[in-house]
Amino acid sequence: MIVETPVRDLDDVQAGGQAPPAASPVRIEDRQRASVVVPAATAASGTLDISDLNVFYGAFRAVKDTSLPIPARAVTAIIGPSGCGKSTFLRTLNRMHELTPGARVDGSISLDGVDIYGPDVDPVQLRRVVGMVFQRPNPFPTMSIYDNVAAGLRLTGRRSRSELDDVVERSLRRSALWDEVRDKLRQPGTSLSGGQQQRLCIARALAVDPEVILMDEPASALDPIATLRIEELIAELRETYTIVIVTHNMQQASRVSDRTAFFTMGPDRAGYLVEVDDTVKIFTNPREQLTEDYISGRFG
Amino acid sequence: MAVVVAARPSIAARLTGVGVGRRRAAVDVAMRGLALVAALLCVVPLAAVLFFVATRGAPALSLDLITKPPRALGIGGGAANALLGTLQMVPLAALMAVPVGILGAVYVAEFGDRRAAGVIRFCADVLVGVPSILVGIFVFTFLVLPFKQFNAFAGSVALAIIMLPVVMRTTEESLHLVPNALREASLALGVPYWRTVVSVVIRTGLPGILTGSMLAFARAMGETAPLLFTTLGSRLINVGDFGQPMDSLPLFIYVNARQPVNALNDQAWGVAFLLLVIVLVINVAVRARTWGRRIG
Repeated sequence: MIVETPVRDLDDVQAGGQAPPAASPVRIEDRQRASVVVPAATAASGTLDISDLNVFYGAFRAVKDTSLPIPARAVTAIIGPSGCGKSTFLRTLNRMHELTPGARVDGSISLDGVDIYGPDVDPVQLRRVVGMVFQRPNPFPTMSIYDNVAAGLRLTGRRSRSELDDVVERSLRRSALWDEVRDKLRQPGTSLSGGQQQRLCIARALAVDPEVILMDEPASALDPIATLRIEELIAELRETYTIVIVTHNMQQASRVSDRTAFFTMGPDRAGYLVEVDDTVKIFTNPREQLTEDYISGRFG
Repeated sequence: MAVVVAARPSIAARLTGVGVGRRRAAVDVAMRGLALVAALLCVVPLAAVLFFVATRGAPALSLDLITKPPRALGIGGGAANALLGTLQMVPLAALMAVPVGILGAVYVAEFGDRRAAGVIRFCADVLVGVPSILVGIFVFTFLVLPFKQFNAFAGSVALAIIMLPVVMRTTEESLHLVPNALREASLALGVPYWRTVVSVVIRTGLPGILTGSMLAFARAMGETAPLLFTTLGSRLINVGDFGQPMDSLPLFIYVNARQPVNALNDQAWGVAFLLLVIVLVINVAVRARTWGRRIG
């Protein structure tokens, strides 16, 4: 792919702050217990709240007046026809849209009560808490499997060798790739199959210990078997992370998600949220006629 | 008024009649032939140069030519002064041009806004086209005249100016070839932009950057004009004194080829062959390294 416009990160400042400490098994258990036992703690760990969000590219409004809560440690699927602003919406959750010249946002998005567009929030730090997995697997072609997973830690500060070893193994185990690559960690990441590469990218995202993981059609470039493995992985990860997944595939949304948000596009081509509800409800008894038309295949 | 309709010729006559299609076929053959001749003409100069330099130069190449300086008086000796000069001035030029060229390309490709990038890119393209003798005269005015002394440092600066736009443009091209998805992947990990550029973008584009630098290096080795007004040339071996004149392979050819002495002309052929081999080896090595390889 040829880059037409130089990308730039306007607020790119290396913040002095520390990256969040690598998760220990203890902490994971804590998280799980918290989600089960103390509902209040759930609400305060990885919960996103979007209100009156509008996203513009220059004069064009891509997303209009959208408000929705995204619960912690659950999978929220975003579905809707092409061009309805799903990916744009997703990218505002970790401020990746700021890489597009002319993109801006109004309204507010808070993560555990912190306004992620607040003046004190550094987008670079934000992206360590809100990670992202892309449509096409994009491992770094110059790096080995090990280095790909370690990249997030290495490129954000000095780490000891043993710490890196730990994080790499734990991340690869969590992304269900460890058994397949444990004997070839030094081989290039691009030597893996497409599905393995995507799980490598998930491991890479997990290695920096995010709270939220955004997935932008993570399986749309993969074959059915690789897709199934990614879906199984999502089901495991939802115990520990807040997951927001954009998907074109409604069956996938119904399989992997707890909540589903349906977006569509208005006559002005601006995308907006039609409704959000429990996935079962959306797929069996949606409130809106538009949603029903879409999930029954009448448009889109 | 009656409309007279001319009778059409028969289909057989239209398809196979005298002269039908002949003209078109003849023009076709002629134009194809011309295109082929033109294509061959593009190859002939390179083939001819290689042929003449090899046949005249290879026999003149000897150990003396590489290891000995010209004799102080009379005829004989070698071109060690020129070889050593080239091997000092060109690397120093690369030391100046490569970092500046790469950083400039990084600015244009990654950081500059569109208009600034366009202006800088345009200037680099113009600089490629500036006659190299003008670069020599330009450097002469501020690195030779004030000191009243031809010197090798001025020669290196002139060569660096020749190399700079080549390094910058090829680096920029290879940075543009790095997929945007890799920048996004890195930024999404919370890696700062500068670190993404250094560790992901430049790292991924490195083969292309090296190629451009090597090609610029080879080009600078063959430059004569920028050196005439700067380092001047010298019959003495000069190792390390950039404040004094130094010889170079192209200057040696230039000087010796003009002498009315066959032995000196032969030395020029020998050095020409040596220079050609070095430049060809660099070119072929670089192209072999990157043959069929594309990023992403």
